[in-house]
Formats: sequence, structure tokens, C-alpha cells
Amino acid sequence: MDNGDPSNDLTTHRIAVSYIDKSRDFYSAQGYGKPYRWASNLETPFTRLKKPLNESRVGLVTTATIPKPGVSLEYDPGLLKTTAPFSAPSDPTPEALYTMDRSWDKDATHTMDLGSFFPLDHLKSFVEQKIIGSVSPRFYGVPTDYSQSRTSKKYAPEIYKQMQEDKVDIAFLVPL
Amino acid sequence: MGLIARYLETNDIPTVIAGSARDIVEQCGVPRFLFTDFPLGNPIGIPYDTEMQKTITHMALDLVTNASFSRTTVQTPFEWHDNEWRKGFMYVGDENRELLERAGRLRKLQQEKNRQEIL
Repeated sequence: MDNGDPSNDLTTHRIAVSYIDKSRDFYSAQGYGKPYRWASNLETPFTRLKKPLNESRVGLVTTATIPKPGVSLEYDPGLLKTTAPFSAPSDPTPEALYTMDRSWDKDATHTMDLGSFFPLDHLKSFVEQKIIGSVSPRFYGVPTDYSQSRTSKKYAPEIYKQMQEDKVDIAFLVPL
Repeated sequence: MGLIARYLETNDIPTVIAGSARDIVEQCGVPRFLFTDFPLGNPIGIPYDTEMQKTITHMALDLVTNASFSRTTVQTPFEWHDNEWRKGFMYVGDENRELLERAGRLRKLQQEKNRQEIL
């Protein structure tokens, strides 16, 4: 990590980026006076896997959405769009998912390779290798919403209900 | 996603989050978190590096099997090819401050327009 330039020595700072700090400064510079209050909990639930991994059904959850007809995968609306939670069949794997209305590093990378943020095909190959039992017949989409209450009281119960119907044993969540 | 994981876990479905926003996820408090220190957008691995992506996917599943305590974070052993993104993402400095103020004003107008369209 050290390329000789002392100002580039990451080891004198916390290496992992703080998105809480960055977004607060960024939106403050845009004139938003009141900083966002992030979810913060000390108590954290924990439940163990009930059966062996190779008998378990995995349900994949993404913050990306199904592409809309007529909207380019590269169209950036510039604003976060709150969408409804959804589910869609796991078979066949969608050719692409829409991500441009979510906050991610559009300068450093891209999301044209589904496998880099939506590991459905990788999970399917793990079924063939008998690493996991099965993949849920549906995958699930949750919106990125600034409202923690809507996320916990509306979206989460909807995803849970669908996972129960699909007999999901493990929820694999991949936020962009 | 952290709040979704907490709800599912409370209702007896074990969860794992694979992601790159370490501070946000850990502050929320989740049972199992697989952290990859990449720019936001590719939490499962570098685009088109299928081998890396499968390794990360596998590590996330291993975490479901092996974690014994809540708030277990495991970091994958991968590095992005440079570190420019750490500074570049949401960058605020003297050279772009004016631009950001203007962008903020436009953003607020757009938000107001969206609100009125919903109403």
C-alpha cells in the first residue's frame, strides 16, 4: 500500500472508508443542514442454521431492481429512487439488473457483470456441487430507503413472508 | 439491508450480509457480515473475475455455518487494484465546493418536483 509518498501511506489512517463521515460531509457541502441519523444498535439478534448447509435453501436479496423497458441500464437519474420491494423468479437468472438509481461508486467501477453484486449463478453452481441444498425459487429486492421505520416495519415483513412461503433457510443479503 | 437482516434473524432465518460499507453495516448491528474492502458496487468481487466472486460467495455461506456469535465480521483477502477511490468517492474539497453547492440546489429543486408529482 505504501508507494513511497508519505501522504499516500494509508496505514497512518483507518483504511476502510467511513461512508457515514463521507456522506455527512458530502451532503453538508450540498447545503443539507441536518445530517442523516444512521441506524445504530447494540443488541443484535442471532439464530443458528437449523440444518446442514448442503441441505439448506438460500434466498438472495438485492438492492438492485428489474430493468424497466425503455430505460437504459446506464441511465443515471441522479437521485435515489425509492421503489417497492419485489420478488422475481430465480430461473432463468436475469440478464441484467438496474443499479443506477442506487448510491455506489460509479467512477471507480461498474455493475455490468451481474456476478459482481448478484451471485445467483454462483449459488446455482454451488447446488450442482452439493455445497448448498437449493436456491429459493424467487430472489428478493429491497429498496434503499432513508426511512428506517418503513424498512423495518414494511419492507422487512414483506420479504420475510415471501421467504417463509419459499421455505428459505438462509437469507443472503447483498447491498450494492 | 442491515435492518432487513435484523428482522429476518429475529424471526428465525439466519442471515449473512456481503458488502463494502463496513461502518454503516457494523453500526446497524448485524449477525454476520462478510466485508470486502472494495469501492461500493462490487461486494461479490471484481467484475468478470468469476473465481474471486465464487470465493466470496462461498465465504459468506461459510460464515453462516461457522459464526458462533452475533456481530461476526470476516474480511475477504482481496485488494482493489488502486486506492484512488477511497479519496475520490463523495469527495469534498476547495476545488469542487462551489460545484457541490450548485448541485445541491438543483437536487433540492428536483426533489421538490418529484414530491409534487407524487402529490
